[in-house]
Amino acid sequence: MGKAKVLILRTQGTNCDVETAFAFEQAGGVASLVHIGELIRDRRRLNEFQIMAIPGGFTYGDDLGAGRVLANEVRLKLGDGIQSFVESGRLILGICNGFQVLVKAGILPEPVSARQQIGVTSNDSGRFECRWVHLRVNEACPCLFTKGIERLYLPVAHGEGKVVAAPEMLAKLRIALYYVDELGNRAGYPHNPNGSVENIAGICDDSGRIFALMPHPERHISGNQHPQWTRQGATERGDGFRIFANAVEWAQGL
Amino acid sequence: MHRIEVNLNSGQTDARGNSLIRDIRDLGIDTISNVRVVDVYWLDAELEREELELICCQLLADPATQEYSYECPYRDERDSGVYCVEVTYNAGVTDPVEETVLKAVADLGIAGLRAAKTGRRYLIEGQLDDAGLEVITNRLLANPIIQHVVRDRVVAFPAKPKYDFKLKRIDLLAADGERLSGIARQFGFTNSELGAITAYFRSQGRDPTDVELETLAQTWSEHCVHKTFKARITFGETVIDNLLASTIVRATSKLNKPWCLSVFEDNAGVIDFDGQWAVCFKVETHNHPSAVEPYGGAATGVGGVVRDVLGTGLSAKPILNTDIFCFAPPDFDYDNLPAGVLHPRSIFKGVRAGVADYGNRLGIPTLNGAIRFDERYLANPLVFCGTIGIMPKECAARGQQETDDLVVLVGGRTGRDGIHGVTFASEKLTERSSELSYSAVQIGNPIVEKKMIDTLVQARGRSLFSRITDCGGGGLSSAVGEMAAETGVRVYLDKVPLKYSGLSYDEIWISESQERMVLAVHRQCVDELLDLFASENVEATVIGEFTDSRRLELFYEGSLVGDLDMVFLHRGRPQLELEAAWQPPVHTEPCFEVPGDLGQTLLSILGSWNVCSKEWVVRQYDHEVQGSSVLKPLVGRDNDGPSDAAIIAPLLDSRMGLIVANGINPNYGDIDPYWMAASAIDEAVRQIVAVGGSLERVALLDNFCWGDTSRPGSLGALVRACQACHDMSIAYGTPFISGKDSLNNEVELGGKLHSIPHTLLVSSIAVMPDARRAVSMDFKRNGDLIYLVGQTYRELGGSEYFRTKGLVGGDVPVVRPRQAKELMDKLSQATERGIVSACHDLSEGGLGVALAEMSFAGRLGAVIRIKDVPLGEPVGRDDLVLFSESNSRFLVAVAPENRDEFEETMGNTSFAVIGKVSASDRLQIYGWDDTKVVDESIRDLREAWQRPIRW
Repeated sequence: MGKAKVLILRTQGTNCDVETAFAFEQAGGVASLVHIGELIRDRRRLNEFQIMAIPGGFTYGDDLGAGRVLANEVRLKLGDGIQSFVESGRLILGICNGFQVLVKAGILPEPVSARQQIGVTSNDSGRFECRWVHLRVNEACPCLFTKGIERLYLPVAHGEGKVVAAPEMLAKLRIALYYVDELGNRAGYPHNPNGSVENIAGICDDSGRIFALMPHPERHISGNQHPQWTRQGATERGDGFRIFANAVEWAQGL
Repeated sequence: MHRIEVNLNSGQTDARGNSLIRDIRDLGIDTISNVRVVDVYWLDAELEREELELICCQLLADPATQEYSYECPYRDERDSGVYCVEVTYNAGVTDPVEETVLKAVADLGIAGLRAAKTGRRYLIEGQLDDAGLEVITNRLLANPIIQHVVRDRVVAFPAKPKYDFKLKRIDLLAADGERLSGIARQFGFTNSELGAITAYFRSQGRDPTDVELETLAQTWSEHCVHKTFKARITFGETVIDNLLASTIVRATSKLNKPWCLSVFEDNAGVIDFDGQWAVCFKVETHNHPSAVEPYGGAATGVGGVVRDVLGTGLSAKPILNTDIFCFAPPDFDYDNLPAGVLHPRSIFKGVRAGVADYGNRLGIPTLNGAIRFDERYLANPLVFCGTIGIMPKECAARGQQETDDLVVLVGGRTGRDGIHGVTFASEKLTERSSELSYSAVQIGNPIVEKKMIDTLVQARGRSLFSRITDCGGGGLSSAVGEMAAETGVRVYLDKVPLKYSGLSYDEIWISESQERMVLAVHRQCVDELLDLFASENVEATVIGEFTDSRRLELFYEGSLVGDLDMVFLHRGRPQLELEAAWQPPVHTEPCFEVPGDLGQTLLSILGSWNVCSKEWVVRQYDHEVQGSSVLKPLVGRDNDGPSDAAIIAPLLDSRMGLIVANGINPNYGDIDPYWMAASAIDEAVRQIVAVGGSLERVALLDNFCWGDTSRPGSLGALVRACQACHDMSIAYGTPFISGKDSLNNEVELGGKLHSIPHTLLVSSIAVMPDARRAVSMDFKRNGDLIYLVGQTYRELGGSEYFRTKGLVGGDVPVVRPRQAKELMDKLSQATERGIVSACHDLSEGGLGVALAEMSFAGRLGAVIRIKDVPLGEPVGRDDLVLFSESNSRFLVAVAPENRDEFEETMGNTSFAVIGKVSASDRLQIYGWDDTKVVDESIRDLREAWQRPIRW
């Protein structure tokens, strides 16, 4: 069984590519940073990888709405490639800006629709906010990235992370992660940092292989990244590590 | 031309509108019931209906949250009771979103879009008269420097202007006295400088061209050459030949630390990190641009200092930002605001937004900072932007080009932005600065800089360039002129890629357009370099070649437009001769009763602008990006206590840490600039010790922001401050590695000069062998002993306590460096042994504030006895002990089981147990006579501290 190969998609304004690659490598994968221009020139390159990750950042400055321009580029210029990538059972992870891209490209919640079905919009506070949040994993969700995890403590850093969805869409949505308070209960601001409907922090598709979340698991790979490690002592691994380990473990079987 | 409006669907929260309602309320207008913000786009094209549909529903409007219209022209809606203000950028100001719109429309497969403009339409509902609407518009919606209100149906896309080349000469040699002073004024030369220039051109037998004088003006400006610091200064009986070299730089060379790799010679100072990697650090000021256009001024301040780091050695990757601001108090009375001056709250909000938007988009964590308030910063705010970078150690030294290497300009295009920014930065502000300086204000585009950073790091890895520098103040003229000082260069100005047509050759040469760097590239590497930049969508253009002529030769369309001897350009400037004097101001110690309720006093100091929580600012910076932060700006049980310093572990697979901190207290400078500087250094290094670092490998940066140093008193204050920098640097063994000065922070308002308080920012960086030794400032455990380490003196001159009473006082905190160093070294040993559970340095507000902060950050109370505080002299009063700001002091919490080891480690330094951490939720302090003088709940203390800037 070979090591899982991970494509970290980047373009102008991507800014969490290095630490996302590091997280995958810590989990046993082999990560490559690939500029979208390279993929557009040669779409077959996608086939070299078992996992594609769209990391955080401000792609194209988030002009015209966070992730919008990259979402169009992915949809219009890589559409078929992504479709067959998904259909062949491979994994896609979107973090923060990657969440916005996957939603706006119509890859989530249903990869086959290629039409945007839910929205991600400005935080209710009207501010970009960087803060640590408690998350609860929805056990009923088929998401393979969160398998075996109950709770997570991760930072968010975004200005447009509020998920909005029509009621009929909401009923169908596969919610993988909820913003909760310290005790695990759904709660309002600042626990839910953006005002997301139903406290949604992460979603996946029906297969559980496409997963996107607003918080940053790659920023909590080691215990010393936890904001209270000087109070509680540092564990070796941070909470976010398991997400990458799950993905790499699954992909190694592909 | 098409005009498109994009609106939020009904039912969506209009977050931008809601924050505007809050801002309007801050203006004193509370009759507004609703504000909606509509995005407006103007597209210069003839598009079919289907194409417009596609652009709207797939690009400009979000299908889930927004609706659009491409058929409604501009209209006033006052008839329906809605006030409408539509704002767009002025012609000539680069709209940062235009490029994205052009790219994204092309991605949709739609051709024929020539240009695009964006704007915002504000729909304001509620009771309002015309005057009120004008106030809202001018203070919140449009800054006339870059924007205007649209009142027409048609927004014009101006025709492309044409430039016809014509060489301009300045009639210098035949000029009479009046004409000479006219030339001196136009280019900002002193009489002796113009004399040297006249002699030079007489020897060349010709008049100068305009671009030659511009080059000299830029190269010889205060901003570029620091002529005050290098001047010959008469100070009483002594003559100081080059203040910088004889104080700060001298201390660094005396200390001669082997880990200092590059000091005072490059764009940033460089130190060894771990034997394989080096780190560099630079802090810049961007004061005057931030005064007239806070958002753009501050954003380009960040962009500029990041390019300093990119342009250090063979280029460093930025890994941390630190930002320090000085403003007038946000509650300044609007009625007393002088004409032409922006309100401090607008400046604060604009600066914060500019720094956050630019830094966040670059993906650089902003982990450290400070904000100071004083009314004297009203029209002249200070904005310090700092960046740390990392690079392989072999790239630490500045590169050197070879003859025949090519000059390659990379990054953004060149426009009229920031023309004469350098001379603007070095001159006094006036009421009319806002009108005159519009071309001096630059608009930044962080994504252009971000992709340039990503590409440069790759190009460095492949050794594709031999030297690099940033295009900052003075533009190409400074960057290329400096790079080629020892060789010579030919530049073909018509090759420089332009944002728009119509620029003359001299505008191209001195433009300060953002996001540009200059590289020296071997001819055999140039194709690979250009391919790499093209693959990352970053423009790179060969604009000239280095020579061995020792001449600066400028060409435009084949004509020689400038030809200067490099030796004259860089060494021909006559040294300034200045007078300095120092007369200590007379401040007496005030006399007043001990307040009856010291708890109330503590609450009011916690709520003062200088001391209160800056969480509102910190949370809007991304301080987690790059995954490197080990000790964050906000710490404690609920992540809301103020950390003394930030620690990062920049190499993700290594435990080596970097600590960054800063010291600044202009209040002390009102009494004595020597002790202000010494205190700033003490603060900058003691914060490093407080978080678990040591003085072992600490480097410092200086940033002087002064009033007009042509006044002897002001220059004398500068000399005093520099002397302190020298003395403390030697005493602590902490070398300065770089610095910057901004020496004309005065404003003329109504014919009267207003100077800022002389302000020195000292930034510090320390290498920490194991970041897991970090200590945070929050109390951790009930029963821990609380030690006060260091002696308390009756030093309240310039203190926050006196300030809340409107007093200054005379006994400024001094530094006793021998005792201080010994104490800090011992404390570092204690943290290294892991026996310190919490540590906080004492600064503004002294013991009282530090105790309150440690308590509420840890959500634990404390019981304290003032009579156990180690004193350096009789103080005699509870309030003075509690709020003295004596330097070199720490509060340290130690678990009872570590008591003996801690006390043994601290040896015979001054320290004592003054109390215990308690499980109660109260801070209780007992005075000299054992009566309770403070008994406050930690919730109330925290609330007092957080309330002022909860916006």
